[in-house]
Amino acid sequence: MTTTTKDPVVVVLQMTGANDYLNTIIPYTSGYYHDARPRVGIPEDKVIPINDELGFNPQMGPIKKLWDEGKVAIIHGIGYENSPRSHFRSMDIWHTCEPDIVGTEGWAGRVIRDLDPKGENVLKGINFGQGLPRALALRGVPITSVSSLETYGVLSNVPVEAERDQLLDRFARMYSPTVGTGAVMDYLGQTGRDALKGADIVRSAPEQYSSTVEYADTPIAKYLRDISQVYLADLGTQMFYTQHGSFDSHFNQPPMHTKLWTDMSSAISDFFDDLAEHDAGDNLIMVLFTEFGRRVRDNGTGTDHGAAGAAFVIGNQVKGGMYSTYPSLRPEDLSQGDLAPNYDFRGLYATVIEKWLGLDSVPIVGGNFEQLDFV
Amino acid sequence: MTNREDTALMGHLMRRAGFGATYDELVDKAGCGYETAVEDLLNPEQFEPVDEELLYRFMPGYEGALGPPLNQAEWVYRMINTQRPLEEKMALFWHQLFATGNSKVDNPPEITQQIAMFRRCGLGKFRDILLELAQNPAMIFWLDNNGNHRGAINENWGRELLELFSMGVGNYSEDDIKEASRAFTGWTIGPKIPRNPLGRFYWNFEYRPEDHDDSEKTFLGNTGNFNGQDIINIVVDQPATARFLARHLYNFFVADEPQVPSWNITPPNDPDAIDRLIAAYNESDGDIRSMLRVLFNSDFFKQARFSRVKSPAELVISTARLAGNFTQPRPGFNSLAFECNYQGQELLNPPSVESWHTGSEWIDGGALVRRVNFAAGLLGDVSLPGVRSMVGALRDRGSLGPDEFVEACLEMVGPLEVSDGTRAELLDQARGDGELSWDTEEDATRSEKRAGVMLALIAASRDFQFA
Repeated sequence: MTTTTKDPVVVVLQMTGANDYLNTIIPYTSGYYHDARPRVGIPEDKVIPINDELGFNPQMGPIKKLWDEGKVAIIHGIGYENSPRSHFRSMDIWHTCEPDIVGTEGWAGRVIRDLDPKGENVLKGINFGQGLPRALALRGVPITSVSSLETYGVLSNVPVEAERDQLLDRFARMYSPTVGTGAVMDYLGQTGRDALKGADIVRSAPEQYSSTVEYADTPIAKYLRDISQVYLADLGTQMFYTQHGSFDSHFNQPPMHTKLWTDMSSAISDFFDDLAEHDAGDNLIMVLFTEFGRRVRDNGTGTDHGAAGAAFVIGNQVKGGMYSTYPSLRPEDLSQGDLAPNYDFRGLYATVIEKWLGLDSVPIVGGNFEQLDFV
Repeated sequence: MTNREDTALMGHLMRRAGFGATYDELVDKAGCGYETAVEDLLNPEQFEPVDEELLYRFMPGYEGALGPPLNQAEWVYRMINTQRPLEEKMALFWHQLFATGNSKVDNPPEITQQIAMFRRCGLGKFRDILLELAQNPAMIFWLDNNGNHRGAINENWGRELLELFSMGVGNYSEDDIKEASRAFTGWTIGPKIPRNPLGRFYWNFEYRPEDHDDSEKTFLGNTGNFNGQDIINIVVDQPATARFLARHLYNFFVADEPQVPSWNITPPNDPDAIDRLIAAYNESDGDIRSMLRVLFNSDFFKQARFSRVKSPAELVISTARLAGNFTQPRPGFNSLAFECNYQGQELLNPPSVESWHTGSEWIDGGALVRRVNFAAGLLGDVSLPGVRSMVGALRDRGSLGPDEFVEACLEMVGPLEVSDGTRAELLDQARGDGELSWDTEEDATRSEKRAGVMLALIAASRDFQFA
C-alpha cells in the first residue's frame, strides 16, 4: 500500500506489438545470445551493464538512472502457458486475463469499477490514445478516452467558427434528462452528460499546469505529458492507460528498436522528473508490459514472435530490483525457439491490485497468482 | 411528385437496406415507388459492381496482403460507393452473425475472401450459405475444424454452427454437437504456406476422406452415415433455425432486440413479425431474398423508423456518404476504417465469435464522443461537396424562417425525426439569428455558416444516433 494519504495511482504503459525482451534486458555475456543474434544482437561493449550477466539496451540510459535510484523493478520471464504468438490474441489475454476463452471484460475496467463502485467520478480511469483498449472495457464503467488533451472534448472539431461555449450549452440541453423518450434515449443522455462533464474537468487540467521539464516531441512523450497534467490537477483519476508502438520488429529491427527505446526512455524519465518537480511522485507507479517477447534467433533483419517477455514497474515507492528469473537461453530449454515464460502475468496485476491499490485481486484477475514484493 | 412521407419512408428503407442516401437520391427513388426500390435492392446484379480495376489500381494492397487497415479501408470504400447497397449490407449482416476475426486467423486475405463470399451468396438460400461457410478456410481455421479429426473431434465448429450460426442454445443436446462435429471431420484446409515478407498466401478448403468419420451418427433424431452437408440439410429444416434467423434479420433490419444470448428466454418484441419472417423462410426453402422481400414490404418494418442504434459502421459510412467526399479512391479511407474501430466496431476483427453487442451497447462515453465529433465534423464542414449541395438546396428554397430552416436541415440528413426537446433546441438556435436569407453576399456567407452549425448540431444530437 502507498504510504501517502493520497489515493494510489497506476499508469499502465502498453508496449504494443511485442517488445524484444532479449534486446531490452540483454544477457550480454551469454554465448547463446550472441550466437542467436548475428544480425540484430547488441555488442557487449554497447550494453549498459546491470550485473555480470544482464544489461540494459544502450538507449535505456535514463531508465538506468532510475534503476540506480532503486525505483525500477524488472519482472523477468513474464507471460503465460501456451502462448499463441498472435498479437491480437495475446493482447486480448493480457487485457481480459482469460487465456482459455475469448473474454470481453477488461481487467483495468474491473479495477476502476472496484475503486469507484458507484461510478461517481467519470474520470476514475482515463485512456490516452485512439480507441479504447479492451483492458478498459467494462459495461457500466464510464471511461474517458482522450486522444489529445489539447483538442479533447465534445464538438471539439466542428470546423465552423461558432462560439464553442454556446454549442456545448446546446449539446448539454439536447442531452438533458427532460427530453428523454425511452430507456435508450435516457441512457444516451446520461452518457452524453457524463462525457461533457468529464471533458470540462479534463480540459481544466492544462490551465493549472506549468513545468520546467521539456518533453520531447514524440507520441509517447505527448501522452505522458498529458497524463502528468491530469494527474497533477488532482481530479481523482487512479488508472491511466496509454500505449506506444509498434514494437513489431520483424524487419530492420536495429534502427526501429533503437528509436522506440530512445523515445520511451526519455519520455519516462521526463515524466518522473516532472512529478519530482511537483513533489508528486510518491503515490504513482508506472507499469510497462508487452503482449509477448520475440524469438531468440533473429531472422536476418529482425525477430519473429516469441513467448516470455519482460515487464517493468517504476516509481518512488517501488522496491527496485529484479523479480522472477531470466529464462534460460540454452536451446534445450527453449519453447519452440522462444524463451519459456516462468511468471504468470496475472501475478503482476494481482500485486499492483492488492499491494498498491488495496483491492481484492482474485475476482479481477480470475484466481490466485503468485505476487511479488516490488511494492 | 412525391410527398414528404414517401421520401421519409424511402430514407428509412435506404438506411436499413443500405447505408443511407442523399436527399436528392431519395426523392428520385421515391418517385419510382417503394416496391420498385425494394426489388432494386433485392436484385443487385442488375447494377454495376464496384470497379475492381480502379480499386486495385489505387488500393493495391486491398486484399489485405499488408493487413489492417488496408483491407478494412477497401470494404469501407465498397460500402460507400456500391451501386448495390443491400448486397454490401448483407455482407455486413453475415459478418456480424458469422463473426470471424483476424485476431486469430491472422490472414487478412482470407477474411477478405470470406466477406466476398458473403457478398456473392448473401441473398441466397441459407442452406447454401452455411455450406459455403463450412468450407470457408478462414472459418475453418477460426473455429478449429482443421483440428477436428476422425477419432479425435474438436467441437468448436460443430458447437458454434448450432449455437451461434443456426439454431441457438436450448435446441440441441451436447450429443448433437459431438455427432455434428464427427460429421465435419475431414473438412479442413490444405497445407499453409508460411507468410512471405509482403503478406500471406491463400488457404484452400480440402476434404480428406481418410480423416472423415464415415460411421453412423444420430443427429437431432435422424440417423445415418452423415457428412457435413447432411448436417446442414437437417439444421436448415429445423423450426429453431427459421426462428433464430428471423430474429437476427429483425434485430439487424427492423428494431433493436435484447442481446442474442438471452433469446432462448426472452421473447421477441414483435412475435407476429417474427412469425411472418418464419413463414417466409418455410415457404421459400430458406431463401434470404424472399424473407427480406416480406420484411421490407411489411408494416412492422415501415413503422420501425429510428428504432435501432446505428452501428459504428452504419454511422461512419452513412455520414461519409452524406458528406460526399469519399466517392473516389483517395487517401483517407484508412482513417474511416480506424474511425469504425475507435467507435467500437473493428471491421474484420470482431471481439469474439459471439460478435459485437449491438443496440445501446454500441454506446459508451468514449464511443459517443467519437460518434458526435465525427458526424458533426463532417456535416458541419460546408466545404465538403455533400454539405455544399445541402447548403445549395437551402439557398434554392429562398429565405427561410426558423421552422423552415430546421425542417429543411433535418430533411436533408434523413429525413431525421427528432424528439420535441431536440427540436426545441434546434429552433432556438435557428431563431437566434433570425431569418435565413441569401439576398446579399454577406447574407449568403452568414447563412452558409449558420447552416453548418445547424447541421453539426443535428449530427451531435441523440436522435442522429438512431437509424
